[in-house]
Amino acid sequence: MTEILKINNIGKSFSGVTVLKNINFSIQKGELHAIVGENGAGKSTLMKIIAGELEPEGGKVYLNGSEVKFHSPIDAIHAGISLIHQEFSLVPQLTVYENIFLGREISKKFFKINFIDKKAMKKSALEVLKTFGILNIPIDSKAKDLSVADKQLTEIAKALSTNSNLLIMDEPTAALTLRETELLFSILKNLKAQGVTIIFISHRLEEIFEIADVVTVLRNGELVGTKKIDEVTMEEVVSMMVGKSMKSRFPEKPIREISNEKMLEIKSLSSDAFKNVNFTLRKGEILGIAGLVGCGNMQLGESIFGLRDFKGEIYLEGKRVDISEPIDAIKDGIFLVPEDRHDLGLVLQRSVKENHALPNLDLFSEFGFVSSKKEKRSVRASISYLNTKVSSINQKVDNLSGGNQQKVVLGKWLVRSPKILILDEPTRGIDIGAKYEIYKFMYDQVLKGVSIIFISSELAEVLSLSDRILVMSEGRITGELDPKSTSQEDILKFAVKGKES
Amino acid sequence: MASSNGFIRKYGVIFGLLGIIIFFAIESPTYFFTSSNFILISKQSSINILLALGQMFVILTAGIDLSDGAIAGLVGAVAAGVTVATGNLFFGLLAGLGVGIGFGIVNGLIVAFAKVPAFIATLATMSAITGITLIYTQGEPIWNLPSSFDFIGQGSLLDIPFSIIIMALSFVAVWIILERTKYGRHVYAVGGNIKASRAAGVKISSVLISVYAISGLLAAIGGIILASRLGTAEPSAGSGYELDAIAAVVLGGTSLFGGEGWVVGTIIGGYIIAVLNNGMTIMNISAYYQEVVKGLVILLAVMLTSFGKKYWNE
Repeated sequence: MTEILKINNIGKSFSGVTVLKNINFSIQKGELHAIVGENGAGKSTLMKIIAGELEPEGGKVYLNGSEVKFHSPIDAIHAGISLIHQEFSLVPQLTVYENIFLGREISKKFFKINFIDKKAMKKSALEVLKTFGILNIPIDSKAKDLSVADKQLTEIAKALSTNSNLLIMDEPTAALTLRETELLFSILKNLKAQGVTIIFISHRLEEIFEIADVVTVLRNGELVGTKKIDEVTMEEVVSMMVGKSMKSRFPEKPIREISNEKMLEIKSLSSDAFKNVNFTLRKGEILGIAGLVGCGNMQLGESIFGLRDFKGEIYLEGKRVDISEPIDAIKDGIFLVPEDRHDLGLVLQRSVKENHALPNLDLFSEFGFVSSKKEKRSVRASISYLNTKVSSINQKVDNLSGGNQQKVVLGKWLVRSPKILILDEPTRGIDIGAKYEIYKFMYDQVLKGVSIIFISSELAEVLSLSDRILVMSEGRITGELDPKSTSQEDILKFAVKGKES
Repeated sequence: MASSNGFIRKYGVIFGLLGIIIFFAIESPTYFFTSSNFILISKQSSINILLALGQMFVILTAGIDLSDGAIAGLVGAVAAGVTVATGNLFFGLLAGLGVGIGFGIVNGLIVAFAKVPAFIATLATMSAITGITLIYTQGEPIWNLPSSFDFIGQGSLLDIPFSIIIMALSFVAVWIILERTKYGRHVYAVGGNIKASRAAGVKISSVLISVYAISGLLAAIGGIILASRLGTAEPSAGSGYELDAIAAVVLGGTSLFGGEGWVVGTIIGGYIIAVLNNGMTIMNISAYYQEVVKGLVILLAVMLTSFGKKYWNE
């Protein structure tokens, strides 16, 4: 095998904070090279440097043996390197083939004026797709009407049509269903067979062990190691990622008796995202709701909080409650920590103090006037309880790290003494240390008698924290499991139920 | 980066105003830089600032109110007309304020419930309200207003023009509402992130309707002062005021994307426009050129305050 890309001593820092230091590694032609690491490990930064979106500080990049210096993504594309982002860069109103040739439109002359030749564009788009075995894309559809998977394939086709032979993909499977992931993998294998080199970032180790040839692990901006996939175990990769053994990722579960007192009863809840959901949540219990992306667990959580319409009955401490808006749930002591905190949890351009106070202004104000004293006391108490790192309570939440933003979201609900916390992917996008603190927070809350609905697609944390696990697939609950006698594979079995047919 | 930009964005406008004042003071020390001229400038800016304060509520929720100038015009006519017809100033003022709040609520209902984008909704009501004013007045100015009516725009208390007192009181009220009340927090929050606000239990539709009602109320006060100052209610009196109000708010550093703004900035923005008009008139610059200069100043200010950045980066 020949070396296509070599990274020599690359570093990068943003406003004084080092995000990459002394990175050395190389990529062989035609290999499928996985990059793994926790959030903040520097994966995306490294990929952006390779693709010319960021310029490195010091160090050298060699492509096919000669040094290259990219000043923009265009330079990289001309050299045959394309980066496919997690958020796609397709123009929603344009068709698949127009997107593939965006900026490189094929034109024909008519009376010396260039007109776009849609026919020729469509034809060569089809050729590209066919060459690389990407079939079944509705080439005349507008990008906005495509599924996530088809959007991604369009991006891949766009990259390939520029004759890229090094394809970088940032978490390509994050939003795909199991079936779409399999399709993507078969296409990637096909590309590999045709000599295309692929670098991909993923958080799912199972995937990496299924498809990658080589895995490189980053941690805190440093390269921990590069291993051939058949010479390493999953456990070894995990400990390379976290820098400690897997056990200590989770705090010790407190020993406690969970009473049979019913806190919440959900009876035949249905909506367009889930069907006939029934379950009971006991006082002081952590109830995990696991499932793959799109299984309906996120919508279920948002419905119980009043953000989405649903049919069915909800009983809180034995009494029927009517929740049609978040304000109803808030009054009942049911709070949601949403999956996407930027979208639903925070007002980013306002301060820590104002975000903390927003749902609690009724408690902090008299005759409509906010008492600055009460407000400050409350936000300070919550910051110290959750160990939130802020420069001041007037700091904009936009400038906080993901973990600290999440603590602001958690903290604002604690003011109202929650009965039920619905935590939807509470540790997504935050680093290991903050994750650990959030797990400890969950235990602390249940010891105080709070019940937690814990929605998560990270099987390891569901298994470690939950007292009971419900698994959803295609909007239905397909299984109830006891974490003490359950493995990740067992959960997956229930999570794909109904999908195979 | 964020902190230095935030500083320029918030306080740069103060230096802008000082710079303009110093420029005119050097050019025309005898006419421009006098206390009587500053009182005149405050009087001239009072109507625009009243409208701008109302406009600010709307812009903080990421909306815009293009109809506030039209509301000011209609309210001036209604207040004058009812005062003349009933012979009672109180009824005239009540009718005028009622019409202002009423049309503000109409704007709010269209935005909150019909979910029509604010720009389109208020563009439509601006046109309709202008038409209603013409129908009501039959296109003729309303004359013969009682002297009590004229007092609002022309009179003074302890040598301070009454219109400046109204403006100052409105500023204090708006400052307290936006900075010290639960409602004010809700306005900022809804403009910053409407979904997160709903998830925090804020009643979105009440906030949206009320900001347009407040804009209508302040436009109504402005419209009454305008008619009273002129001593006659002109059917087209309010036209163009909405743009000066929006300019004052944006000059003052309020984000058109909502969620961020500063009440003091809006006042300064209003003063920048008034000082420019006043100073250029004193310097005998033709009204045609004044408009061009005003446009360029607004453009320059907005470019300097990094307003455009967000648009490109996100």
